[in-house]
Amino acid sequence: MNKITKYIYSAAGPILSIIISLIFGAVLIALIGKNPIDIYTKMFSDTIGNSYGFGQVMFKSTTLIFTGLAAAFAFKAGLFNIGAEGQLTIGAFASAWVGITFVNFPWQIIIPLSLLAAFIGGAFWAGIAGYLKARFGSHEVINTIMLNFIAMALVSYIVNNIYLVPATIHTPEISPESVLLRFDILTGMFKGSPFNLSFPIAIGACILMYLIINKSVLGYRIRTYGFNPFAAEYAKMKSGRIILWSMAVSGGLAGLGGLNFVNGYKHYFELGLSENAGYIGIAVALIARNNPFAIIPVSIFFGILEYGGLTVNTLVPKEIVTIMQGIIILLIIAVTKIFEKKFKVKTV
Amino acid sequence: MREQTANSVSVQLIDIVKSFQAGYNANDHVNFSAYPGEIHALIGENGAGKSTLMNILYGMYQADSGKILINGKEAKFRSPADAIKLGVGMVHQHFMLVNTFSVLENIILGDEDTFRFDVIDMKRSKQKVIELKKSFEINVELDDISGGLAVGIQQKIEILKLLYRNAEIMILDEPTAILTPQETEELFKTLAELKNSGKTIILITHKLGEVLAISDRVTVLRRGKVTGILKTNQTSSNELAKMITGRSIESQVIKKSAGGEKIILEVNDLYINNDRGSLAINGISLIIKEGEIFGIAGVEGNGQEELAEAICGLRKISKGTINIAGIDDFKKSIAHIPANRHKYGIVKEFTLEENLILGREKEENFSNGWILNNKKINEFSEVIIEEYDIRPENSKALMEGLSGGNQQKAVAAREMTKNSDLVVISHPTRGLDILASEFVHRTILEESKKGKAILLISSDLSELLKLSDKIAVMYNGRITGELDPKSTNENEIGEYMTGLKSNKR
Amino acid sequence: MKNFLLIFITIFLFTSCGKKENNTVTDKSKIKVGLVFDVGGRGDKSFNDAAYRGLEKAKQELGIEYEYIEPGPGAEREAALRQFANRPDISIIFGIGFIFTDEITKAAIEFPDKKFACVDYTYDSAKTLPPNLVALEFREEEGSFLVGAIAGLMTKTNKVGFVGGMESPLIKKFQVSYEAGVKYVNKDCQILIGYAGVTGDAFKNPGKGKEIALGQYNDGVDIIYHASGVTGLGVFEAARETKKFAIGVDSDQNDEAPGFIITSMVKAVDVAVFEVIKEVKEGSFKGGRAETFGLKTNGVDYAYTEKNKNLIPQDVRTKVEAIRKEIIEGKITIPVK
Repeated sequence: MNKITKYIYSAAGPILSIIISLIFGAVLIALIGKNPIDIYTKMFSDTIGNSYGFGQVMFKSTTLIFTGLAAAFAFKAGLFNIGAEGQLTIGAFASAWVGITFVNFPWQIIIPLSLLAAFIGGAFWAGIAGYLKARFGSHEVINTIMLNFIAMALVSYIVNNIYLVPATIHTPEISPESVLLRFDILTGMFKGSPFNLSFPIAIGACILMYLIINKSVLGYRIRTYGFNPFAAEYAKMKSGRIILWSMAVSGGLAGLGGLNFVNGYKHYFELGLSENAGYIGIAVALIARNNPFAIIPVSIFFGILEYGGLTVNTLVPKEIVTIMQGIIILLIIAVTKIFEKKFKVKTV
Repeated sequence: MREQTANSVSVQLIDIVKSFQAGYNANDHVNFSAYPGEIHALIGENGAGKSTLMNILYGMYQADSGKILINGKEAKFRSPADAIKLGVGMVHQHFMLVNTFSVLENIILGDEDTFRFDVIDMKRSKQKVIELKKSFEINVELDDISGGLAVGIQQKIEILKLLYRNAEIMILDEPTAILTPQETEELFKTLAELKNSGKTIILITHKLGEVLAISDRVTVLRRGKVTGILKTNQTSSNELAKMITGRSIESQVIKKSAGGEKIILEVNDLYINNDRGSLAINGISLIIKEGEIFGIAGVEGNGQEELAEAICGLRKISKGTINIAGIDDFKKSIAHIPANRHKYGIVKEFTLEENLILGREKEENFSNGWILNNKKINEFSEVIIEEYDIRPENSKALMEGLSGGNQQKAVAAREMTKNSDLVVISHPTRGLDILASEFVHRTILEESKKGKAILLISSDLSELLKLSDKIAVMYNGRITGELDPKSTNENEIGEYMTGLKSNKR
Repeated sequence: MKNFLLIFITIFLFTSCGKKENNTVTDKSKIKVGLVFDVGGRGDKSFNDAAYRGLEKAKQELGIEYEYIEPGPGAEREAALRQFANRPDISIIFGIGFIFTDEITKAAIEFPDKKFACVDYTYDSAKTLPPNLVALEFREEEGSFLVGAIAGLMTKTNKVGFVGGMESPLIKKFQVSYEAGVKYVNKDCQILIGYAGVTGDAFKNPGKGKEIALGQYNDGVDIIYHASGVTGLGVFEAARETKKFAIGVDSDQNDEAPGFIITSMVKAVDVAVFEVIKEVKEGSFKGGRAETFGLKTNGVDYAYTEKNKNLIPQDVRTKVEAIRKEIIEGKITIPVK
């Protein structure tokens, strides 16, 4: 099978399942007495049909690219990072802290500093889970879930008790120099939407992940360990180090996701800003088969789902939209597996 | 052999085509037939399509086109269960026994006829097995627990399993690869009994000696095509080898005399536990000098693997010392061809070239310590493919797409070209065809000529005799015999292997 | 598989043909209201539902039309407000909850032609409100103080409890003023405090609410006041199970566990929503100001109806009414932090 047909086959699974799930969703909408065609029309015209809606979609997608990369990176080492939600929160807060604290720094310094803070914050948090696994063998799924709870509580405590603007749920604003500008200000397109410069950073992160995984010694070792830990042992690779590094980079990528909201949109840290992006990122990575470039379109698709759900919220109860989203994810995973079996397509 | 007419053909495969990747047929219009009361050898290089063909015959794969006739009638197998219903069964290289079950339980396990009103009719089943034992002179204790039994016995259980299911056509996949000479002899006796009772035996093998010794006819496959169907008594080892490889080969390996005086590996009073925590190595000492090939013989599971792993730093030592000359941190640079290649030696999801740098990724040639030098890796891979004749000749081919023999060549190539004074090799030619085996043997000798010390673990005694400067036999975690390959033979080694003889302690 | 598809498609055709709704035709003369709920969303039997009642009442009595959105946390609030603001047919937009303060201010500035109203708006006297935005504030501390007094007077174990949703200054205000109310009438009474979490989700986690409440009841508490949105439904469940008492919040929650809910601290969110819509209809809407609802104007109160009358003894009622008077007259200062 040549490369192109292979790509077509591996894309066919997700596309087919999207079609099936749209039919399924139509039935669901019909069952609650609404016209599915009206709903879908509205959903698509309000998301990808106009530049404001598309900006909203891209804003949602940006965070998902980061969390998708986070899940995918850990998957490469055979690790399940459920903790992107917490890592993102820590990263977002770290970036906000930099923006609030170093008020006098020019953007040339404070933007890289914010990036670094977000990355290190997330990396540190995921690194704890990695360390616990490497040192004591405790399962990373449990570690990351627990650390999610701790991250939420910790950040909330700090915000509530130290940084809170009274009678809100957010911190003071970051310095204007640390703002990642919005595209509507820069280009006049996507008017009113919070789509911002975090997006090119997300694309950069995809390229970075591709390079680390495919071109570096570390990536080679991560993949070896992910595919066959016995071979890694045989080849004298230090499994503990691999676990720690892959979790840290994974968490760092999730942490960068915090920039989108903090530096790109609200310009402060707000409790609850993660919006479950950490969990949706896992689905993104699964469907994109951990391919850093496939993560971009898949994230945009989820962005459409997420924002599309909001646009039809006046017509369809929120629960129905959530159910539909869940079904779509399940279907995509199932249909993709069927395709994989039937046509023996596999992407590494 | 019985009178053979077209009617009495028990197996007929007609024009079988099977392809796993576009453009290459693993079986390319293959015809094959076998008669009742015949031992039919199926030979060919690794990747020639032997396993594929037999997997089609016993229902594991479905052919893309072509027909299967069993006793003249067309059969369609969708699973091995379909095949066994028509009397076609296979004994695999890796046995499929439940270790905690008794021999009898393993034999009757999963057979539908065993049940009467949903209850196992033990008495009737046992009676049937006893009769089978008697008529084919197969000697096993039905009440023993299967797990601890020798491989030869386990193989007999597998054969009984097929007989119990009334198999008339029996496929054996390299049945002698892991047997001692004595066990091999017994197996051949059993096969002769089966043949005499009118069964059809199909034997997949690499060993031409065996082909000539017990088969009636031979079918040779090369690159998915049949290159010859011969009567065994009308052919020779040379002719077969030529048909297999497509060219004549020099089978003579020139052995050199043992090398220098410098001690490379010194193992002193070593004790090692196995995975279950009991003693696997029970006080072993040995010395290997530069340029020396030190062979270790033994029935598998007598501590050879644990020894190899300990030397390579993969297993904890409970007592004793291992010293390797010139290497402070010996864990780093020992070349090691592991016995379980699938588990340790390769990453099947990787490409060939990625596998060729496994464990060597930080070498100067392949990276600057951080970034892989893909160009150099590719160049290295192209050279290796050429030198070791690895197929397909494609550095980017996924490892899982390679045949077992080619995977092994890749592992051997990687380890043999590694800069290490000591090479630990387990079963270097297991599953390899003649050409590849000769090649690996030559490589081992060449490397030892360069002064490398080689620890060679193998259950192929002819291989050990051919290559080794010294042979030690391991039994129950001890070295029970040290023999000079020039003055010993397979039978004597076999006696040490089974614990009948000992010249130490 | 084929059969499945067939069935789906049949159902699909049936329902979609049969129930085609005429939701595109709108009467231009009618006022259309857009309302964005707080995180808890509709069905919290409390705060958001109170706002919904206001909408319904306006529809019945003023003949308006409305649409609503239930957004998630984070960026969705602003997107939801904008969605309404971009619609030419919608003239007034509500944000329900203090959490909308920033977003609705921004939206009001960006869309000067639309009218905005925000329940529980955090009013900062240093900043001026946009002229098209009205802030609706409630003195929950006054109501909480009163239900605190009721709890303090009625406890038999001398131990009462409080269950909060998300740990935040706003809910802290409920807690502190409630504590003050308890102590005002019963100095020695012990008060146990519990919070369901630190994120917005803490307002929609009845399981957690029940867990905390059961813990407090087991420690000897016999009355719990909750300020936790949907989470409070779990508190009621615990009350019913252990046959203890609870106090509702925002709406009169008596129906959730009749006989076990002594009273509720009622915030007249419905009244506030209704009043604003009425002003819009009558053309008397005036933005750029804050409107405060307290005990004085019955903007907050405790529920005392036919349904729960018999749960509150007459002497308690008398004492609490006296306290109400004192608060209105400014004789009691209620702590909020």
